[in-house]
Amino acid sequence: MPIHVELVTQAEKIFDEPAADMVLVPAVEGEMGVLPNHAPVLTTMGYGELVVRKGEAEERFAIYGGVVDVRPDKVVVLADLAESSFALDLQEAQAARERAQQLLAEGPPGAEYRQAELALRRAHLAVRISQKIRSRGSMLRILDEDASEI
Amino acid sequence: MPTLREVKNRIRSVRNIAQITRALEAVSASRVRRAQARVFASRAYAEKAWEILINIQAASKNLPLHPLLTEREEVKRVMVVVITSDRGLAGAYNTNILRVAQAFETRLGKPVDYVAVGRKGRDSLARLGANIIASFTDMPAEPTLNDIRPIARIAMDAYLDGEADEVLIAYTDFINMLAQRPAVLGWLPLTTHTIAKQVAAEYVKDVAMVSGGIQNYDYEPSAEAVVDEIVPRFTELQLYQALLEAQASEHAARMAAMRNATDNATQLTADLTLQYNKARQAAITAEILDIVGGANALQQAIDNSAQDILDANENRPQSLNGVNGRGSTAIQMRSN
Repeated sequence: MPIHVELVTQAEKIFDEPAADMVLVPAVEGEMGVLPNHAPVLTTMGYGELVVRKGEAEERFAIYGGVVDVRPDKVVVLADLAESSFALDLQEAQAARERAQQLLAEGPPGAEYRQAELALRRAHLAVRISQKIRSRGSMLRILDEDASEI
Repeated sequence: MPTLREVKNRIRSVRNIAQITRALEAVSASRVRRAQARVFASRAYAEKAWEILINIQAASKNLPLHPLLTEREEVKRVMVVVITSDRGLAGAYNTNILRVAQAFETRLGKPVDYVAVGRKGRDSLARLGANIIASFTDMPAEPTLNDIRPIARIAMDAYLDGEADEVLIAYTDFINMLAQRPAVLGWLPLTTHTIAKQVAAEYVKDVAMVSGGIQNYDYEPSAEAVVDEIVPRFTELQLYQALLEAQASEHAARMAAMRNATDNATQLTADLTLQYNKARQAAITAEILDIVGGANALQQAIDNSAQDILDANENRPQSLNGVNGRGSTAIQMRSN
């Protein structure tokens, strides 16, 4: 039995795969591997990587917080913010990380400090994921129609 | 009867107006589609989040999980977020929503604080002497969640601080291109029993009930943590969707108004063109009459004077005949 995987943010539905084989979820208490017939779980997510596998193909997303609803035949990821790893730009991510680090080093006031810290975490994750993607080179994508754009 | 030039000028200005209204209509049409697409795109999260909330509430046996989910026993003060447009030229769009907000306040009979979104609503409410506690104008044509966060913040803070016991959203629900309906949405607390339903049932719009089947979930790390994550986002999303619906309605209303204006202008152009042609023909006829009359008068004058000359010739004394050589030759030729 395959798993139906949906990834949605408040603004839009990012990903919808009706027949995935496995999902790796960045749950707040550690990464969670979901296979078909998983017990129903509602869990919050931290910053991390969502991986959806289908045969040889796999799709990766940077997830910046949210909630995931796991059911025996369905996984719905409600992300606060999510980006397809194929849309991540390594150079841009690295630049963003440097900006955030610089901002933190300058020691901004309270509220901004938190913002900068979050920005740094986001940038850090983006860099990590896009590096991983690069090192794998010829990976198959689940969404074929999007692959033509890359 | 206006002169030809006046009619021509009017036709030109009416045609210009028609051109502008036609352009506005086209702009609004494309904006309706975009706003609709955004509503649709954000629906997935809203439905899912609502489903999870219902599930959790059912599982928790109505234990208070989150202050925004807890109903107050007594409702003393109500806050209404009124969503209108910044600009007019949208038919009865703003009037309708303000009328509903007013009717609601009258029937409620309790103090209402208003948060005005949109310039038109703010101005009208201010004129009516309503208690406006915050006003937001110049919402972008394609709003993002960041644009509505301050509004959601005000409402949530007011609710949590006890300054409002219920918060509602008055906006215009987009049904289709031709029909938009003013609606009141019970927003905070996030329950299905809101005061709006008791007071203004005919306008109330409920959040769609979704039944994905109650599941016996395990919560990680806890149900509270999941609720804390979802509730603020779902709250924001409801306002966001109301704003998008309102914008889609605004553009649809403006589109209809502009289509009417274009049709009227086209009709007016036709009427004026008829009038212009009539006036032109009348002018031509008058001119022809003038010419014909003139020609007739001239002919008359020529005939008269010719007769006079002939008469004069007949009465002329014989002795003068020799002087007028040409005249005598003519007579001679005729006699030959």
